[in-house]
Amino acid sequence: MQQDQSSAPLRRVQPARRRWPWPLDLYQSAVGKKWAMAVTGVMLLGFVFFHMLGNLKVYLGPAQINHYGEWLRDIAVPALPRTVFLWLLRCGLIAAFAVHMHAAYALTRMNHRARPTKYASERDYVAANFASRTMRWTGIIVILFLFFHLADLTWGSLNPHFVRGNVYHNMAYSFSRVPVAAIYIVANLALAVHIFHGAWSLFASLGVSNPKLVAFRRRFAVGFASIILLGNISFPIAVQAHIIEDHGSTPYHAPTEQGR
Amino acid sequence: MIHLDPAVPDGPIEQKWDQHKFEMKLVAPHNRRRFEVIVVGTGLAGGAAAATLGELGYKVKAFTFHDSPRRAHSIAAQGGINAAKNYRGDGDSVQRLFYDTVKGGDFRAREANVYRLAQLSVNIIDQCVAQGVPFAREYGGLLDTRSFGGTQVSRTFYARGQTGQQLLLGAYSALARQVEAGNVELFDRSEMLDVVVKDGRACGIVVRNLHTGQIVSHAAHAVVLATGGYGNVFYLSTNAKASNASAIWRAHRKGAALANPCYTQIHPTCIPASDEFQSKLTLMSESLRNDGRIWVPEEFGDPRPPNQIPESERDYYLERRYPAFGNLVPRDVASRAAKREVDAGRGVGPLKNGVYLDFKTAVERLGRNTIEERYGNLFEMYERITDEDPYQVPMRIYPAVHYTMGGLWVDYNLMSTIPGLFVGGEANFSDHGANRLGASALMQGLADGYFVLPYTVPNYLAGMLGQAPIPADDPVFRAAEAEVADRTQRYLSTGGTRSVDDLHRELGKIMWDNCGMARSREGLEKAISEIAALRVEFDRDLRVLGSADTLNQSLEKAGRVDDFFELAGLLCRDALHREESCGGHFRVEHQTEEGEALRDDDHFAYAAAWEYAGPGAEPILNKEPLEFDHVHLAQRSYK
Amino acid sequence: MSQTNGQTGGQTAVHHGRTLDLKLCIWRQPGPRAEGRMVEYDLPGVSEDMSFLEMLDLLNERLIAKEQEPVAFEHDCREGICGSCGMMINGQAHGPQLGTATCQLHMRKFNSGDVIEIEPWRAAAFPIVRDLVVNRSALDRIVEAGGYISVTAGAAPEANIIPVPKPVADAAFDAAACIGCGACVAACPNGAAQLFTAAKVAHLNLLPQGQAERFSRTEAMVERMEEFFGSCTFHGECEAACPKRISLENIVLMNGDYVRAKFKNRRLAGRR
Repeated sequence: MQQDQSSAPLRRVQPARRRWPWPLDLYQSAVGKKWAMAVTGVMLLGFVFFHMLGNLKVYLGPAQINHYGEWLRDIAVPALPRTVFLWLLRCGLIAAFAVHMHAAYALTRMNHRARPTKYASERDYVAANFASRTMRWTGIIVILFLFFHLADLTWGSLNPHFVRGNVYHNMAYSFSRVPVAAIYIVANLALAVHIFHGAWSLFASLGVSNPKLVAFRRRFAVGFASIILLGNISFPIAVQAHIIEDHGSTPYHAPTEQGR
Repeated sequence: MIHLDPAVPDGPIEQKWDQHKFEMKLVAPHNRRRFEVIVVGTGLAGGAAAATLGELGYKVKAFTFHDSPRRAHSIAAQGGINAAKNYRGDGDSVQRLFYDTVKGGDFRAREANVYRLAQLSVNIIDQCVAQGVPFAREYGGLLDTRSFGGTQVSRTFYARGQTGQQLLLGAYSALARQVEAGNVELFDRSEMLDVVVKDGRACGIVVRNLHTGQIVSHAAHAVVLATGGYGNVFYLSTNAKASNASAIWRAHRKGAALANPCYTQIHPTCIPASDEFQSKLTLMSESLRNDGRIWVPEEFGDPRPPNQIPESERDYYLERRYPAFGNLVPRDVASRAAKREVDAGRGVGPLKNGVYLDFKTAVERLGRNTIEERYGNLFEMYERITDEDPYQVPMRIYPAVHYTMGGLWVDYNLMSTIPGLFVGGEANFSDHGANRLGASALMQGLADGYFVLPYTVPNYLAGMLGQAPIPADDPVFRAAEAEVADRTQRYLSTGGTRSVDDLHRELGKIMWDNCGMARSREGLEKAISEIAALRVEFDRDLRVLGSADTLNQSLEKAGRVDDFFELAGLLCRDALHREESCGGHFRVEHQTEEGEALRDDDHFAYAAAWEYAGPGAEPILNKEPLEFDHVHLAQRSYK
Repeated sequence: MSQTNGQTGGQTAVHHGRTLDLKLCIWRQPGPRAEGRMVEYDLPGVSEDMSFLEMLDLLNERLIAKEQEPVAFEHDCREGICGSCGMMINGQAHGPQLGTATCQLHMRKFNSGDVIEIEPWRAAAFPIVRDLVVNRSALDRIVEAGGYISVTAGAAPEANIIPVPKPVADAAFDAAACIGCGACVAACPNGAAQLFTAAKVAHLNLLPQGQAERFSRTEAMVERMEEFFGSCTFHGECEAACPKRISLENIVLMNGDYVRAKFKNRRLAGRR
């Protein structure tokens, strides 16, 4: 490569790379990492959306939501044994989270190397918004919240009254604790902010460049983030407002052969 | 005396170039790597020449004082590039472009060169389109053209108001490709401060690294200079701030003849200066004259704002005096006409130093959208600078120094009087005579770079097969380096009180007042003595702070202004000796009763090639007679 | 002989506009390896008709008069096209007027009494040379990696042989308008050169002439870019800072072409 004659020599943020085998060579590049983040982002958006949608069943009463919880374990039975499909989904999600986070981490490191010195004067941002500038923080909040959420409502380790299989009871109890409800609301705000910038920028990362979509992208991002936010924070609010109350619900039991 | 051999090939003018291409010697591909060529300057001519020579397989070293080749001042050309494509079917042809150029140049150019230029213009457009230059298109997808000052056909290809930028980016991309391929080695931030000549041949250059101050020699078989024009000798011009004459002046001092320095083009449509802090003048593309109408109030010193002056009290002086061409007369004619109005006291604007360029009729006729599409970026630029909206208020314009037709004398092969030293683009004197037509500079730069130098330089090299270049540690290089170092040190150690800019501004004022749009014997003699006096002041009272081993912008400027002083003296002498008016050179003693330029073909139909005779000595005049076999000498008329 | 000319104006040294008294805070750094710091200067009597660079000229003239070294800053054409000038002005690349390079910014955008903070571009790929001058050669390295259409001089076909639809030519021009000033990198919180690279890539990739090298070009340029610069997170600061208003959409195009380059069976590229 050509050398310049300046007294201030160029520095590389990363060395010229050794080429990895396909398709890892795509992921090796930052544009490829962004693409991977967009693809995994779409998967995670899908998860968040259907998770929220399923949970809306709580408004239909304990039987409905608990039945839904059991059904998730029964998908694709009898082609697959019970819970296998659910685990496949979970593995996919875990992988998506892993890739999404690894790419975010690697790109953040790269960006810090690319811009090591701050401006001495205060930056006057014109286009960058709160969401775009706080992606890494909202992302960290979301991942911490995810573990709290699993511990609270999946593993039950943070929920002294946890009853396996009784989704309605667990939710109602958990959200009745004010600090827990507050954590859910704050975390979902962070999630919505994260989703807002993510849902907008994923089109760019994927290279969807039809000018007809320009206006749609923004509306999609605002709409999607708002739906997720409203749906998700409605649960703790509904519990706190006593719209959802547990009056002795029981886990769903599949009707026996005789019962049918 | 130098022997000036224009080396124009024999044969009919239409076949000269083809015949010459066949007769020139070739270098076999496997031998090309053995030849080293230095190209100084990376604008249209230099960038294209370096890229093309590299592509052919020669070892090329390209030098620019910028940080990137893409910043050369070719980038600022706005209007367009001429080519005899006749896509409009409006009667254009190679012959007509040739004719227009010779006539527009007021019969002071070499016919054979101009004919070749017109022939090559066609190839340039092909080349640039293939490179991805986004020229303006019609809705059918074919190339669009527009008409331009001084012609009656539509042959100007353009890319909005940024044609120079797009063409330079094309040449730059070709250069970048060769740099990546290792055929061209690029030396950025390296200012050429001397040409080295040994045994009568150019054998290398000395450059100074502008960041580290290091002075380094580079040897080669041939040297190409494409370092642009010297308009900044006037301080205020449309040239970029760093544009300078040092490369050509250093070559001149080493023996290259400098031809016709007095042919300086004053561009009619620039934004008038607004105050003494003005650092440069901004051009508004000449294409504006296609739709804008130029006028001044009939009344002297009319204090009314332009929109309150009724039609009946406006003088559309170009339309009145030149009914055939109207607002589209060539640049020199339009400029002098504006000067006449302003000098008569009918100037407009706060300093009464402009004329109006009015788009009111055009907006009414074509609608604001069309005008916006054609000139939107220019209007925006005007508004940024003046804080006035040209859609509402007429623009104020005034002529400013723009282009220099003079330059190093070159033969048909673009070789100067020093064998092995080639000169391309604005730096040479070859194609425009005494006045350049609009949209012809880009054409000439690219023709030289892509299509002329890549043939003529190898023709010279072929004779040197088997010879190694003179090594860069030869005593002749050492001596040149020492001289450059001395000169640099001298600026730093003068220890006076006046800044470089201050002295340069004063030089520019002397030049503009006495050697600008109108020149007289008295004024020129005064200028010559004033320049000499100011030069003494420069040597005695210059203040350059800092050191020579870091980036020191004042020091860079000092060297350039130093060379401008010497060039200014020669420019005035050339203007003084040329007792006629032609193109960009207007002597008040030589005008018709109507105030038009009066040529003297009997005594001055020659190119004046000045030879350097040593510091302080009177330069020696050499004459290359110009013969006009194909275009008949005639008084230009644009009525 | 000429009573009035475009040049002087100095004959009538009247400021016909306001004059401003400014306080400047300018980053001074004597060399690439030296420490830098913000230094304050009082600059009274600035005419509002001055360009920002003429204001700096004035400061430098006054510094030289006081035997202080002038502020180094890059500039050349002063008409917003060469891309030499560029500095951070009050936390904005090229200052407060959108779509305007520093040389075309005029002092009438400021008020008397203003404090103006001026800094060089900052990014790892733009090491500081001196004061406000940085080394932007990394941008050239990106272009060299593939920012061209390979065409031998003289081998080009007749220019009108491939019609280019006007919207295509316009879009290519919009991208090609980039002046290479580096404001996009300076404004980007990640020090990314995505907008610069995308402008170059889109210019050539949009045109029919650029199709043959479309994917190899995109791959080479993106990968060269990533050796020096950070990654894009679509803040959009680059677009806002760009004096030529290059659109963020070019980045979308480039990303798409890069990913396609990795998946495409290029033997079939001629089949559409």
